[in-house]
Amino acid sequence: MKVTDINSRVNPQFQEKHQRSIYKSLEDKHTTIEDVDIDDPLNAKMILNMGPQHPATHGVLRLVLQLRGETIEKTKLDIGYLHRGVEKIAENKTYQEFMPYTDRMDYLSPYSNNVALCTAVEKIANVEVPDRAHYIRMIGCELARISSHLLWLGTMVMDAGAISFFIWTFREREKIYDIMDQIAGHRFTVSHSRIGGVANDLTSDASAIIKEFITKFPKELKDWHGLLDRNRIFIDRNENVGVLETDKALDIGATGPVLRASGFAVDQRIIAPYAKYDQVEFEVPTRLEGDNLARYFVRMEEMKESIRIIQQCLDKMPKGPIRSNNAKHAYPSKDEVYYSMEGMIHDFMMTDTGICPPEGAECYHAVESPKGELGYYIQSDGTGHPWRIKINTPSFRNLQVLENILDGEMVADTVVVIGGVDPVMGEADK
Amino acid sequence: MSLDLNETLQAVVDGLSENFSDKLIEVYQSSGDTFIRVEADSILEISKYLKEKQHFVFLCDVFGNDRYTSDERFEVVYNLMNLRTQTRIFVKARVEEENPTIESVSSIWKAAGWNEREVYDMFGVRFENHPDLRRIFMPEDFEYFPMRKEFPLLGIPGSIELPNTTPDTE
Repeated sequence: MKVTDINSRVNPQFQEKHQRSIYKSLEDKHTTIEDVDIDDPLNAKMILNMGPQHPATHGVLRLVLQLRGETIEKTKLDIGYLHRGVEKIAENKTYQEFMPYTDRMDYLSPYSNNVALCTAVEKIANVEVPDRAHYIRMIGCELARISSHLLWLGTMVMDAGAISFFIWTFREREKIYDIMDQIAGHRFTVSHSRIGGVANDLTSDASAIIKEFITKFPKELKDWHGLLDRNRIFIDRNENVGVLETDKALDIGATGPVLRASGFAVDQRIIAPYAKYDQVEFEVPTRLEGDNLARYFVRMEEMKESIRIIQQCLDKMPKGPIRSNNAKHAYPSKDEVYYSMEGMIHDFMMTDTGICPPEGAECYHAVESPKGELGYYIQSDGTGHPWRIKINTPSFRNLQVLENILDGEMVADTVVVIGGVDPVMGEADK
Repeated sequence: MSLDLNETLQAVVDGLSENFSDKLIEVYQSSGDTFIRVEADSILEISKYLKEKQHFVFLCDVFGNDRYTSDERFEVVYNLMNLRTQTRIFVKARVEEENPTIESVSSIWKAAGWNEREVYDMFGVRFENHPDLRRIFMPEDFEYFPMRKEFPLLGIPGSIELPNTTPDTE
């Protein structure tokens, strides 16, 4: 059963062609829900536009839902409200100059994005990174993962109706901001990683505050498990909601916790270890159910594993340099820049031209960001600017999943399912 | 350049050169990644072969590339993954500048749907038999393809309709 001819009933005031095409696309979407009630005597059908300014859509996601009573018959997503064209911008910047833009893609875990770009550039330009820098990066990435999952937990539980949770998770997030401030000098958009290493070493204050966090955080996590794991309301809202079946998950291209909640232990840290992830022990949590509750358990356990990884990194971190010593590959230290002529020339050359990978080289490198596989494809033309950067963003792929798992759900569950998929629009829209 | 192929990659290259000898153009490696360039008109058969016979079940990404000033200007790259052996390959197909068209692989990997829409939006490569080929980031009213090299970084003034700053006045 179709709601026919939506376009004759709507009167778009703005970007008319775009609005009409999305209604047309909704009309054309195939759906498996069978319905014999063609006349719809109770007038239960409607088209609901949700977003792009709806608070539960976590940014500027727009959903066009066709409802029948309270059931969603079909969905279309409209994204692109935050499209800034970062790939185009990247073609006009040096690799290092582009890094602050990556902070603003997945703005909930900037550190992972920095590391994703730097590892890709290091792979294409053959840059050696000192061990200590790898461990500092891993600590940063895992803190970013906890920070991102904390935001997901707070907002997802808030979407399900519990407001106070948001305040507790944000209290912990605030501590991670303080740590980032100590590590990088910025609380939010850190830009701490550098091609060939990191910007500065961990100070003793930073190490102390990280150690304090990882001893206290597991207790908080345990409290939250106690509040939610067997909470009747929470389980009823999440169990069997937004189910992504195991046999569909790969075909539809899910990634990250969404894929792992459907039964595939796909994690870039395991299948293609970067940094020193092959030196630390951790589990990849998976679940088989594929519903929202499974995603909740996967992310909660990931936070626990992140704490384990940070602990091992702190134990194993060797002393030594934090950035490549090759002046053609990485920025020289500030001591060199201020007190030697060569240092200053190298600093100038790095800023002006930057690192130049060989002409015609191509590479793809992916890291496991909190949302899933975050990959950078770089093609070089031999200059300091990339010819093409393609960013394979996990939120984009998971939003495509969302478009497919919402069909047949209740409209009241929409916000919970969006929360469970955990998209970041800055990343999906690029 | 000599190739450094592991077992899975060797099987892929052997299988492709056996079954699609006239469609396989080149195999090369760069920075440790393996790229396979094939004829654009055979992309659907080769994709089906790779998925069914070589177990490349996971499509990570599809993206476009503008080889400005070269012949066969646009390139569509498929980033595929074999989860059994955890091997990644990149399949490339080139299309002409005039009316660039290639077969959609969304019937093989459903995940290609949005990625192909992105390639269409950014480069103007049209995908045949795509279930829902619309622009994904830019509005339908937009007339340009922004990732093409000739599109200016600062955009084209007036190309996107912007909201009226005082919405109450018509």
